Amino acid sequence: MAFGAFTATAAPVDAAPRKRSLVALFLLLPGILYLALFFLAPLVSLVLTSLQTPDPLAFGEPGAYDYAFKWENYATVIGTYGEHILRSFFYALLATIFALLFSYPLAYFIGVTLRRFPLVQALGLTLVIAPFFISFLLRTLAWKQILSDEGVVVTALKGLSLMGPEAHITGEPVAVIFGLTYNFIPFMTLPIYTSLQNLDLRYVEASGDLYANPARTFFSVILPLSAPGVISGALLTFIPAAGDYVNASSSFLGGRDTQMIGNVIESNFLVTQNYPAAAALSIILMAAILILVSVYVRKSGTDDLL
Amino acid sequence: MSRFFSKYLIWIYSILAFLFLLIPIAYTIVFSFNDSRRSNIVWRGFTLDNWTQVCQAQGVCQSFLNSILVGLTATLLATILGTMIAIALVRFRFRFRNSVTLLLFLPMATPEVVLGAGLAAEFLTAGVAKGALTVILAHTMFCISFVVVTVRARVAGLNPALEEAGRDLYASPTQVFLRITLPLLMPGIIAAALLSFALSFDDFIITNFNSGAFVTFPKFLYTAAARGIPAEANVIASAVFFIAIIFVVVSQLTAAARRKRLARE
Repeated sequence: MAFGAFTATAAPVDAAPRKRSLVALFLLLPGILYLALFFLAPLVSLVLTSLQTPDPLAFGEPGAYDYAFKWENYATVIGTYGEHILRSFFYALLATIFALLFSYPLAYFIGVTLRRFPLVQALGLTLVIAPFFISFLLRTLAWKQILSDEGVVVTALKGLSLMGPEAHITGEPVAVIFGLTYNFIPFMTLPIYTSLQNLDLRYVEASGDLYANPARTFFSVILPLSAPGVISGALLTFIPAAGDYVNASSSFLGGRDTQMIGNVIESNFLVTQNYPAAAALSIILMAAILILVSVYVRKSGTDDLL
Repeated sequence: MSRFFSKYLIWIYSILAFLFLLIPIAYTIVFSFNDSRRSNIVWRGFTLDNWTQVCQAQGVCQSFLNSILVGLTATLLATILGTMIAIALVRFRFRFRNSVTLLLFLPMATPEVVLGAGLAAEFLTAGVAKGALTVILAHTMFCISFVVVTVRARVAGLNPALEEAGRDLYASPTQVFLRITLPLLMPGIIAAALLSFALSFDDFIITNFNSGAFVTFPKFLYTAAARGIPAEANVIASAVFFIAIIFVVVSQLTAAARRKRLARE
């Protein structure tokens, strides 16, 4: 690539422009090449793999495929796993909504109520990110034990006759949605906190002075001003939740009927070695998320997320 | 009564919410002291044995060391590459700027399972054997974007007058960079490195696709989950938790002290 592509124009410096563009190229090239090799090339590799056909000479040996343009693979996986794809987006959507409802008041508390006490505020933030410091898998397993049939929650609910004697929590959709919500709460709370931390309280006072009731103040002033945080929080929760396969796995919170697209990709790739199916599902997931994200970002009017 | 309630409702809610967030952490720590023989599910009494003989359980310590090794290597690589990009993005105008920004944003917007499966497909096609190397390559990839985001803010907040002063005093460009720019960027670079290490250390989904027989700590947990996690794994996770919390609290207290000092001056 010619370094003229990186012509520098800003920041007046004594160095000649040609030299400056060399510096820019030197700074960018290693990282960009790295991402091209280990982010872009894998995506191309996925597309190629998704179109492969079984090797006719391998006699059904697992994992043996030839390059082809077998577009039917996509129709096949949608036919076979359509249910899992829809379920993933449904669970991820519910987890995002629950995480938002849980996080907003908490973020408001840390960002606004605790503003006068900086040290307590720092403590509150630390508590929100504390789950990150214990392994993702262990905290999910902890919930599995707590929600298991012998655990406190089920025993208490059954004792109060709020749950039937044959009912379970783990292995059911409710446990998976719960796990997804819990695990991604910090991703929702932190961006909302950042927005609310910068909220100018004089707007809230002005709204009160103009006789808006608290609900009106919230919906017309506070919520719109914190919208950027809500939008990035929703993306940061929805994307990993839709692709997650730990919570829904049957050794964790899920069961036979809760398998999500991530579980199917994992088992096709790593267990049955049906690489084309796993790759086609990955491409479908990626495309669906990119479409959803770009529509969502455009609708909500924040283009600069990075 | 009702006024009192509405005034303190948010306090009550938030304290309950904090407690809720801490439940699985407390559970993991408590069960690291469980006198468990085989499966660490039922409470059988208090013991310190799991803490004093952590490496008794097969594979726990090895997987932990593997995670540390991967985390340090990937952090080093990602921090260097990401910091270079961050400096270029703030200080230089170039033609493919938007494409570069998009290329950095996309890995963060891609589900991990897609990143993991994609790399695994690439390594399969290229005939690269899965192991420590492929895990490090994968972790470096997803850490770069987070480093760029973190360091970029710091570069943007840098006062160019300080570097100009250095140049005015006849410092060479290398001297300006090493003596002025780099030290001023250091807090951002350290934050980025810590974030990278944390992301790498806890990553499971991408690792699972690219590790082969190489076992990191999260992968050990996933494999062990089917037959029961040994209490020693809880010990390691709890120890990591305490170290991280101490780290955060100390850094927040020093930051608060610095703010106070600045306010007084």
